[in-house]
This record gives sequence, structure tokens and C-alpha cells, in this order.
Amino acid sequence: MTLDRELMQTIIKRYPRSRSAIMPLLHYVQSVSGYVTNEGIETIAEILTIETAEVSAVATFYTQYKRGPVGEYHVGVCTNTLCAVMGGDAIFSALKEHLGIDNDGVTEDGKVSLEHIECNAACDYAPVVMANWEFYDNQTVESAKSLVDGARAGNPPAPTRGPNTLVTYKEASAVLAGLDDGRAREGVQAGAPTLLGLKLSKEGK
Amino acid sequence: MSKLTPVLSAHWDEADSFTIEAYTRNGGYTASKKALAMDPDAVIQLVKDSGLRGRGGAGFPTGMKWGFIPQGDNKDHYLVVNADESEPGTCKDTPLLMANPHVLIEGCIIACHAIRAERAFIYIRGEVTHVVRRVNAAIQDAYKAGHLGKGIDVTLHIGAGAYICGEETALLDSLEGFRGQPRLRPPFPAIAGLYARPTVVNNVESISSVPAIINNGAEWYQSMGTEKSKGATLYSLSGHVNNPGQFEAPLGITLREILELAGGVRDGHQLKFWTPGGSSTPLFTDAHLDTPLDYEGVAAAGSMLGTKALQIFDETTCVVRAVLRWTEFYKHESCGKCTPCREGTWWLVQILRDLENGAGTEADLEKLLDLCDNIMGRSFCALGDGATSPITSSIKYFREEYIAHVTNGACPFDPVKSTLFAGAVK
Repeated sequence: MTLDRELMQTIIKRYPRSRSAIMPLLHYVQSVSGYVTNEGIETIAEILTIETAEVSAVATFYTQYKRGPVGEYHVGVCTNTLCAVMGGDAIFSALKEHLGIDNDGVTEDGKVSLEHIECNAACDYAPVVMANWEFYDNQTVESAKSLVDGARAGNPPAPTRGPNTLVTYKEASAVLAGLDDGRAREGVQAGAPTLLGLKLSKEGK
Repeated sequence: MSKLTPVLSAHWDEADSFTIEAYTRNGGYTASKKALAMDPDAVIQLVKDSGLRGRGGAGFPTGMKWGFIPQGDNKDHYLVVNADESEPGTCKDTPLLMANPHVLIEGCIIACHAIRAERAFIYIRGEVTHVVRRVNAAIQDAYKAGHLGKGIDVTLHIGAGAYICGEETALLDSLEGFRGQPRLRPPFPAIAGLYARPTVVNNVESISSVPAIINNGAEWYQSMGTEKSKGATLYSLSGHVNNPGQFEAPLGITLREILELAGGVRDGHQLKFWTPGGSSTPLFTDAHLDTPLDYEGVAAAGSMLGTKALQIFDETTCVVRAVLRWTEFYKHESCGKCTPCREGTWWLVQILRDLENGAGTEADLEKLLDLCDNIMGRSFCALGDGATSPITSSIKYFREEYIAHVTNGACPFDPVKSTLFAGAVK
């Protein structure tokens, strides 16, 4: 896969100053290569006319930029306090055993990678699992196993609050580079916890 | 009469609530039209009069912040919206943007007009793909409808997993294309912010609250809340409760009232400890059920309103385990710029890990408090300060539980009992 330099220029043009485009460009590199490659760093440095060390410094600071291949479906289990206590720890250890990989590991078939993640702003849906940064709410050990089994078989279940089907890691990275995949209108507008206060107020409570 | 006051959340139950059609149908983009016809200073005055305070945690008066931007300086001004919601327990901006991104865009138009900015940036965390889609589509639709592009532009910037970028100056460095590390202040962003230009950094909920204030007036907003904490806000209830979720209520509501609405702590269990505004705010216990959840009430009781992230833990939860996990988070997220935070959080984790595993001593508690004392207030930003909150407050309220780990030689709790699916696991 090669990087589309013309597309990279359109990303740069979003900003008043070109250097601001480093982050979307790194997401874009991941959308093409699946992780931040040396070639990607060199290309970004070249078109922004800065040193490769400056791009590397940014790439290594943010945990979403991966310096080696992750799975086609990157699964993150929230193990920050609230999710951990509510079942995240149990889910994470069950998935490690089920997949035979450790934190930051990738299955041999390259389909699934696993990472313990920090709070993902969905605490009212705890325990939360993310796949390619889409929400899988109110997970159990069983539902999380079905998620990774489906992903390995090529038919993962749809996210709870997300598009109608789970996109791949590369496809999600393109969205994070700010590229439109036309799927914004798919999926629910909100889950039940989001709507609870509104519902109660309509009931006069 | 309901204790709840849905304004931001008023139309979230409409299946297409996130579309421009739904937003317009419900009166969207009338406030920006009204504001654009007003003198910018009058808009700032109206927001000042409303009493709106920052909903990102610090509670700084929004109108006053806007008023700090120098005028007639012939410089570009910027509005930067902090949508990097990452404080543990905080989950209000993410569902807001999923259900109604247009209210934020309309708020951006009004705020840009007020501070004489031609460009707003929305900095959204990178771990929420579908929210990114919704916000991106909303911006495009707002351009197509002519709300943007006529003197005011909005650019979406997507983060990549760094809690520290929720700190406003780290966010600005990140947006400029650097590692997200906080800056020394002064100068404050209002003088030298993004690209060293006057910049307002506001939270999603703060900016999203503005359209309704323009449409309904300062007096209406003042009619909700308490003496110094005006208006309504999103309270996010999570954890060991029967019905977690978002509750939009006037400032000053109590946890007891919210818990009543949520069907209480999960059946058969009791409240043990909770956070009023995320993990960086000192813990509360069942003694604080009637503390008014406004800026002053929570501060008077020894904590902070923060992001109104009410994380509820029942008696099955080991407080040492909970605090250790938060501390591991702060250690991981410390950007490394300031020594007290970078090194201090590392040592806090070592000591807490020993304590949780039953390998600690009672003297470790004093060592923890001493370390906290040497971290607090000694770094550029508040991350290190936040890291000390769960530790000092938990030792204050649950010292015996720490000591029980020491005398027991192990954690006395069964983690299975705390899980949501405890019944199924048995």
C-alpha cells in the first residue's frame, strides 16, 4: 500500500499551520499500513519539512499510534477503576486466556489484538469493551468472547452504539484521520442510560 | 414536578436527533441567527449575566473567560472546544455529541462571534470512532446549510489517546502538532494560546449550553441552580446503581435525590464511596448524600464538583484496589514534563501495589501522604494534584481498610462480588 500524497496535502490544508496536521497524518498512515511505519514517519517529515525525529516524538507520545501491526480488529477492554470493578478485570483476563495472548498481543492469524484501555467515557454502560474504538456496552465475559470469536471468523457483531457493522482497524483509522466514510447516520442516537434522565422527567419524576 | 430539567438532552430520544433536520426541526440555528445580529460585547454580557460556568471541571465563569480576549489587537483569535473527555467516570460530552453534535456547532458560531474569532477547533478524543463520524458529518451539514463558511469556520481535530490533552495548554500544544505537554502560565491562553494568538478554550457542555441561553435569556438560566452555581447541568451516574445514566438537573441537586431517581444503589447493597466529579476529585462517602452538588457545596465538603461524574461503589468494593487502579492511570498518563508528577506517581503505584497485595506496612500510609504532599501543587498542571485526591481522601475515610490489608497479609475482598455479572458467575 502506498501513501496518497495528494490526499495528505488536503489534510494539511485543514489547518492554518501545516505542523498541526501531524496527528491526522499519523492516523492516515495507520489507515494505509495498519500502524505507524518508518516510511510513514519519513513521508510526513518530508511533506511537512520537519525532522523525522520530530514526527517520531509525536508518534511515540500518543497510545493510539502503534509502532507495530495490530489486529484487523483491535479490542480494548476498559480496566480503569469503575469498569474494572464492574467486570472489566474479569473480561480482560478471560480474553487473554481465550485468545492465548497478553496485553498488546496479536493473534497468530492477525485478526485480533488486545489491549487494556483507560476510561473511554461510557461509564454508565460499564463494563465497556471497544473494538476499533467502537462501543460495545455492558459486556460480560461471554459477550466479549463472542465478539473476538466473531472477529476471528470475519463476522464480528455490530457495535452497541456505532455503525451497522464493525469496520476494520484501517477503516476506523481513516475516520480518525478525519476522512468521511458515509456511515454517520448508521446506528442509534443514544442508548437507554443516556436517555434515562429525559425519560424520567417526561414521566414527571 | 420533576426535579430534572432536560435542556441539552431535551430531544435525545428522537431517533434522528443527531441530524441537521432534527436539530432545525427543534428550533436549532435560531440562536446563532439571533446572536449574529447582536453586538459581540452584548453576547458576552448575556453569557456573563446568565452565570454559566465552565462544565469541564474548573467552573470558571464562561462569559468572563470570553471577556479576557483582547479586542482590536489585529490578531487572529481562536475558539478551541475541549472534547477530549477522558477523566475517569466522565461520560457526558460523548453521549451529547453522539446524540446532538449540532448544538455544539451552533454554540461555536455564537462564541466565535462574541470573541471575534473566525475559526473554531473541536479537539475530540481519538477513541470514539462513531462520535467522530457524527461530529464530522454535522460540520459538513452545517457548511452545506450555510451556517458555517460565512466568516466562521469549524475544524475537527482528532486526538490519539492521551488524557493529558484534556488539560487546556497541553491540548493547544497537541493541536499545534507537538507532544501534548502543559505550558507554564502566564501567559494564559486568552493572551497567547493557539499559535500564540488569543484563544478561548471551553468544554463541550459549556459551549453547547450557550444556544439555549441566547434563545431563553439570562434570567431563565439564572432561575435554575443555586446562588453562585446557576443553570442546569449533566450529572453522569455510574457504577453500583440499579439504573445508571445521564441526569440533567439544576446545580445543587443531591446524590440522594439522583439515586432515588435511579432506583438506588444496586439491590441488597449499600453505598460505600463515590466521586462527585471524576477520579481527580476527593472521594465522598454515605455521609455526603445530602451535599448540594454545586461548585460551592462540594468544595465546602472537601471535594470538587469537577465533571459531575458520580461513580458509585458499594460495600463489595475494595477501596485500596480502586485507588491503586486510578493511581496506575495517573502514572500512565503523566506526560513526564514535571518531575514531582512523573516520579511521584511511579512511587505511589509501587507503594499502593504492595499495600493491596498485603505486602505493605502501616508506615507506608504516612509515606503515601508525604509523597502526596510533595506532588500537590508542584507541577505545571493539575494532573499530579488529581493523582493525590483519591489517595488522601481514601486514607482519611478508610484508614482501617488499608490497615486490614496489612494485618491480613492480603486483600480481604472478593473481586467477583463487585462485578455486574456477580450473580451469573456464582
